[in-house]
Amino acid sequence: MSHDHSLNPKTMPEDPSKATMEGKHKFLGLWFFLGGETVLFACFFGTYLALRNSTAGGPTSQDLFGLDLVFLMTVLLLTSSLTSVYAIYHMKNNDFKKMMLWLGITALLGIGFLACEIYEFAHYIHDYGFTFRSSAFGSAFYTLVGFHGGHVIFGLSWLITLMVRNAKRGLNLYNAPKFNTFALYWHFIDVVWVFIFTVVYLMGMVS
Amino acid sequence: MKGWMGKTKALLLFTMLSLFLTACGKENLTALVPKGYGAESSMNLIILTTLIMVGVFVVVMIIYVIALVRFRRKKGQEDFIPKQVEGNHTLETVWTIIPIVLVLIMGVPTVIATFDLADTSNASENINIEVTGNQYWWHFNYDGEEIVTSQDLYIPTGERVYLNMQSSDVIHSFWVPSISGKMDVSPENVNTMYIEAFEEGVYWGKCAELCGPSHSLMDFKVIAVSPEEYDQWLSDMQAVDPEQEPQDTVAQEGKELFEANNCMACHAIGSSPAATGPNLTNFGDRTTIAGILEPTKENLIDWIMDPESIKPGNKMTGAYPSVSEEEANSIAEYLLQLKPSEITPESAGN
Amino acid sequence: MSNAATQKRAFSAVLWDYLTTVDHKKVGILYLMGGGFFFLLGGLEALIIRIQLIKPENDFITAGLYNEMITMHGTTMIFLAATPLLFGLMNYIMPLQIGARDVAFPFLNALGFWLFFSGGILLNCSWFLGGAPDAGWTAYAPLSIQSPGHGTDFYVMGLQLSGAGTLMSGINFLVTIVAMRAPGMTYMRMPLFTWTTFVTSVLTLFAFPALTVGLFLLMFDRMFGSAFFDVALGGNSVIWQHLFWIFGHPEVYILILPVFGVFSEVLPTFSKKRLFGYSAMVFATFLIAFLGFMVWAHHMFTVGLGPVANSIFAVATMAIAVPTGIKIFNWLFTMWGGSIVINSAMLWALAFIPSFTIGGMTGVMLGSNVADYQYHDSYFVVAHFHYVIVGGVVFGLFAACHYWWPKMFGRILHEGMGKLAFWTFFIGFHLTFFIQHFLGLMGMPRRYWVFLENQGLDTGNLISTIGAFFMTIGTIVFLINIVYTAVKGEKAPADPWDARTLEWTIPSPPPFYNFKQMPLVRGLDPLWIEKTEGNGKMTPAEPLDEIHMPNGSILPLIMTAGFFIASFGFIYQTDHKAWLIALYAGMAIAIGCMVIRSLKDDLGFHISKEELEREAD
Repeated sequence: MSHDHSLNPKTMPEDPSKATMEGKHKFLGLWFFLGGETVLFACFFGTYLALRNSTAGGPTSQDLFGLDLVFLMTVLLLTSSLTSVYAIYHMKNNDFKKMMLWLGITALLGIGFLACEIYEFAHYIHDYGFTFRSSAFGSAFYTLVGFHGGHVIFGLSWLITLMVRNAKRGLNLYNAPKFNTFALYWHFIDVVWVFIFTVVYLMGMVS
Repeated sequence: MKGWMGKTKALLLFTMLSLFLTACGKENLTALVPKGYGAESSMNLIILTTLIMVGVFVVVMIIYVIALVRFRRKKGQEDFIPKQVEGNHTLETVWTIIPIVLVLIMGVPTVIATFDLADTSNASENINIEVTGNQYWWHFNYDGEEIVTSQDLYIPTGERVYLNMQSSDVIHSFWVPSISGKMDVSPENVNTMYIEAFEEGVYWGKCAELCGPSHSLMDFKVIAVSPEEYDQWLSDMQAVDPEQEPQDTVAQEGKELFEANNCMACHAIGSSPAATGPNLTNFGDRTTIAGILEPTKENLIDWIMDPESIKPGNKMTGAYPSVSEEEANSIAEYLLQLKPSEITPESAGN
Repeated sequence: MSNAATQKRAFSAVLWDYLTTVDHKKVGILYLMGGGFFFLLGGLEALIIRIQLIKPENDFITAGLYNEMITMHGTTMIFLAATPLLFGLMNYIMPLQIGARDVAFPFLNALGFWLFFSGGILLNCSWFLGGAPDAGWTAYAPLSIQSPGHGTDFYVMGLQLSGAGTLMSGINFLVTIVAMRAPGMTYMRMPLFTWTTFVTSVLTLFAFPALTVGLFLLMFDRMFGSAFFDVALGGNSVIWQHLFWIFGHPEVYILILPVFGVFSEVLPTFSKKRLFGYSAMVFATFLIAFLGFMVWAHHMFTVGLGPVANSIFAVATMAIAVPTGIKIFNWLFTMWGGSIVINSAMLWALAFIPSFTIGGMTGVMLGSNVADYQYHDSYFVVAHFHYVIVGGVVFGLFAACHYWWPKMFGRILHEGMGKLAFWTFFIGFHLTFFIQHFLGLMGMPRRYWVFLENQGLDTGNLISTIGAFFMTIGTIVFLINIVYTAVKGEKAPADPWDARTLEWTIPSPPPFYNFKQMPLVRGLDPLWIEKTEGNGKMTPAEPLDEIHMPNGSILPLIMTAGFFIASFGFIYQTDHKAWLIALYAGMAIAIGCMVIRSLKDDLGFHISKEELEREAD
């Protein structure tokens, strides 16, 4: 096995993110981790569904939710998932600059999503007095959506750290798996949001 | 000769029976001698499953012992290499199919009994009692009768009594092993179960869900009396006049102290549904003080003066200014003469 | 590396080595030491409980302290003793059994251990800081919400930390087994212990997040004023019970499946016969795991979920008897026709079969929910789960210790003391717990600080307490055996038991790179195959070449210290906001370590071919 992991067009394997044992392990490990995360979110969803009508006289989901902002958030996050796909596509073509560009766009979209979420929470708290402590519904709502938001923050920190660290190094077999696992994680966050959008917001507005 | 034999037989039978009963635990507490509908349903399934399981165990042990005895390595066999058997499809199928059949044999009666015990459709035609679990005592409110008691629950024999149970604080569990299995008493919703005692008796009840330091001291009693006695008890309880002055002077003093010390803030005498503290209407007839102590005056004085030493974590501690022994004596005198009904635990036979 | 050389090294060097190690074998030993320590602690708590119950209305300890004792006994034994002891074994043995040089993520492995250990220490700090948690190991809300002081807060944070560690190990084992098997080691050639490690890890992965969520809800309610379990604000405490048991029931299988694996190694080895019905055993393991997720509500039969839910969960519960029965009979027929050697390891395995069968049978009896209305939360249940967990898991741990001790420490545990420990513990165990079945049916609920006089419960409780002392003696003899063996024990060859699997093909204890050359696996029980064909050792699957190994790191320990400090911040910020400093500082340390780990390339090192050739076999 060669000790030199840096890539040039000649040494470029078909998929640099899975060319090493470590790379394969990371990818597989993250898949398993996401299996656990699925149970985690399933439990939060279950709790939310059990408590979504327990408003204790406070504001209900119909009082609170509006589609405009949530729709914008959905678009931002779904698009960011797509841009991360582009980034990985360029990684496989060994085009580091384009990969970084698309990752940068992904980060910006993620930050946009997060800003909307913070605005949304602030809006509920100031205009409705709807807080984490107002009712069991409030606790369940902020916990579920907040945990997803926490995952977005973690994903963004991960991405930015990766980009800063590797900005000047170019792509190699050591860092390619890291970009790839990040992208997988980011897709997962996106999928969870689709469920939140449906279960929390859409269902919350009808019933 | 014959008579002698008969007597010996009777004696032997009696000894055997009492031995069996000791082995089964205290009568009217143990689940092994069921005296009510729910306990009998449970017991039938306990017996069925135990028999099947003991059968399985015997089979396992026979194979186990034979294998150990026959195939233990003997001297001179150190180099013996047994045949490396991969498995045996017939055998493996047998010990897959037979357990499935056994599970069905146990499963079907279980499901039938489950639906039977959960059937509360006739509740409205029967006696309904609201049960409230509190740290660490039980409150009983007889629906439509304007009767409230605590700790001692009077029911008629041979009738289904529906209990609608809810907790005022943490989760408790209502368990009268000789009459019925348990059901949780939780703060968020009302759980309904029915109990039916076959014969008269004073049955031990226990809290079966950890509820704090005095969880083990949250005992209560179910007093099953004949339907006639039950009706009598109802009318006696309804006729109670909470304002009635006791005849004894010490007890009169006790009543004044009871009122002066604001005991009434928590404890009602009469049918008030308030349940901050145990209702004391028929306190003099109670089988126990605080659920666990013999109903003597000395015990009651101890309890009034320092409940914390008897039931750690109870809500009575510190709820009133301290009382002297003399005052406690008067209050005890007053409370113990609260005997509104001729129907007492003694009426239940034992 | 020989033992003599180890002893010569300075203590501080050894300490530093263990604090920074990422070697799966050393992490395994750390797990065994940590788990062993907490096992003794939990045992001490058990003894105090039994002394309190030696006679009616005893006042050996107060009611409050008693509740702390039962809570900590349960929590310690499940989370801090049984689980880590098993994870220690899996850590040490599983990579050896599949012919791997380490686990897939050595760094995470070390981090997992330190998280578990700090969680355990954090939990036990509560004893000295105003009282341990006292709401039972199940911490049912609302009792756990109302529990005064910080005891339950320590429970929440301690379990959160150790749970995270366990989850990491689970993922690690999964990737290791999927991706790092030696050439020829197909799935259906894996030893049963590796299989059960795999299935256990799957269970860990899918069960622990439920506990994580439950603990978050409890934490938010207790520390940040949310209302999940606050009935006044619409909360519902049954959610806790569901989350806890969605985790809690699979947890039981997380404990029992690995020891099923242990027995599936020990019984064939000492019967000189391959495991009967190997594929059925693998299938049964999966079936048990699958059903294990379908039966959590049998812990909640008396909650009032209604007859439909109760019936479904009752029948599903009984169904678990089928795969478990398959296992028992396969073990019996592994012995059948064999050449059975009875030594300490085998004694524990042999004692397991009847003991665990009793536990399994009472399990089926409990599954019948109408009967359970009587058993539930009584001493019958206490007897049942101790038959399963002591008669199954603890017996399995003892068997595994005797079986693998030579491999792990290079010395064979003393047989005489092994047998003495076995008989005292075995007799004590049945004395303690068999009678409890009857105590339960005679009307004794569990978690009772005192039982009253004249309720027919005296004799049973006395017998039970006497049994507990026997178990204590057995444990002490085992400890003496460990010390004796460390000093004077017989040196172990590579394959002391004439065994069958790959771990016995390498020296005892193994070199830090495990396998000089990857072995070529040609079937189930690879070593046995080579023995019967007269080779006696494995054929290498690769030429001798340099070996890539991971670097040690102190970061896991520092990161854990950060979380540990932050936990104190979380717990005490409810008293004074100044504690938020500890919270932020701790989190900063932990996140700082993550960033360093992320920024610093860690390419590992290589052992050269020459070095390997120098090492004597």
